[in-house]
Amino acid sequence: MTQPPLGLLAELTHRCPLHCPYCSNPVELVVRDRELTTDQWRSVLTQARELGVLQVHLSGGEPLARRDLPELVSHASSLGCYVNLVTSGLGLTEERMADLAARGIEHVQLSVQAADPARADLIAGTRAAKHKRAAANAVRAAGLPLTVNAVLHRGNHDQVGAIIDLAEELGADRLELANTQFYGWALRNRAALMPTKAQLAAAEPIVRAARRRLAGRLEVIYVLADYQESYPKPCMHGWGARQLTVAPDGAVLPCPSATVINTLEFENATRRPLAEIWYESPSFNAFRGEDWMREPCRSCERRSVDFGGCRCQAFMLTGAAENADPVCALSPHHGLVEDAVQPVAELPFVMRG
Amino acid sequence: MTGWAPRLRRGARLGFDPVRRTPVVLFPEGVLVLNSTAEAVLRSCDGAATVPEIVSVLERRYAGVRAEDVLTVLRGFAARGVIQPEEQA
Repeated sequence: MTQPPLGLLAELTHRCPLHCPYCSNPVELVVRDRELTTDQWRSVLTQARELGVLQVHLSGGEPLARRDLPELVSHASSLGCYVNLVTSGLGLTEERMADLAARGIEHVQLSVQAADPARADLIAGTRAAKHKRAAANAVRAAGLPLTVNAVLHRGNHDQVGAIIDLAEELGADRLELANTQFYGWALRNRAALMPTKAQLAAAEPIVRAARRRLAGRLEVIYVLADYQESYPKPCMHGWGARQLTVAPDGAVLPCPSATVINTLEFENATRRPLAEIWYESPSFNAFRGEDWMREPCRSCERRSVDFGGCRCQAFMLTGAAENADPVCALSPHHGLVEDAVQPVAELPFVMRG
Repeated sequence: MTGWAPRLRRGARLGFDPVRRTPVVLFPEGVLVLNSTAEAVLRSCDGAATVPEIVSVLERRYAGVRAEDVLTVLRGFAARGVIQPEEQA
């Protein structure tokens, strides 16, 4: 029985001043003149609330690149949604933040690329680090909770402890230390980004100690490196189960990377009502429930725990989205993942466009 | 636990969802759909009332309230980041 969605990831634009090589945006970015208009986004937000969405993540790309962001914030907030801003912080002045907070932003997620400016700028592909402190200060001045998000990979994993210190200095309420998930640009850069087993082992006690030390002040969330786990993540809590994504051009997706599954046809919010897409479209129904599963998932005791893992990962690595996520040690394709985690020589990044 | 006077964390708020016709709590990166007892527990988390006081408030409204159940609910909300955890009492 399909439940209404709780969350909407609104990817307002793929434009971004940063060029992080682990970006989860698709390798084929949506160009500006294909972005939805202000009225189209307003309609998406209205329909999302009517459908049951309570949490809206205004993301991108860089959502501040949209001139109509203030208007969209006001609209989402007036509908009763909890509105999150997911940003690099570039362009987030105190004045702009105060205006967005007055219009209804309730929480800000700010990315950091590394603990020190030189390394962070190298990863971002631009001079981004110097803007982070001002952005964090602006969020705090507006009285809003702040989450710092750092994507971890081979090029910054040695800085886990220093990144925790940085988040504390920035006055964060939450810190997400998220090992890179290999989609979009990150998959293209997988060999260069793959953390070593030694790096992951070293990070574990640092994170554990920080959690204890910072309990009640700074919540530390650690997103596992799924390639190096024995079982897959319960991706999106199941396909089309809790959240939907609307891409900059209006494509309605069960998850941000779903377009990689080129055997599915995704519908567009400008051509069909959001509720119909959620409940009735072949793409959203493709992997709901368990009937689509193949072995070993079909008879597996864990199928209600992890739903067979990630459909996009199964498709990208094995060619069929119905297969078990090859991260799973029980998958006949698990060797593909074991090969991918083998250490390779230092490689240059292909920077995101 | 006796001194713990739970309060909602910064950015968390209670609301009512007219679509589901249920109370909800909204917070950074999360939503929980609440039943009426969970809502009553959260409404009592004003940062002043201690856990035994919350229990006695609930006892006046509901039959068969057990202190250990209330504590379990509160710890669950703390684990989800909805209220300040116990250590911060």
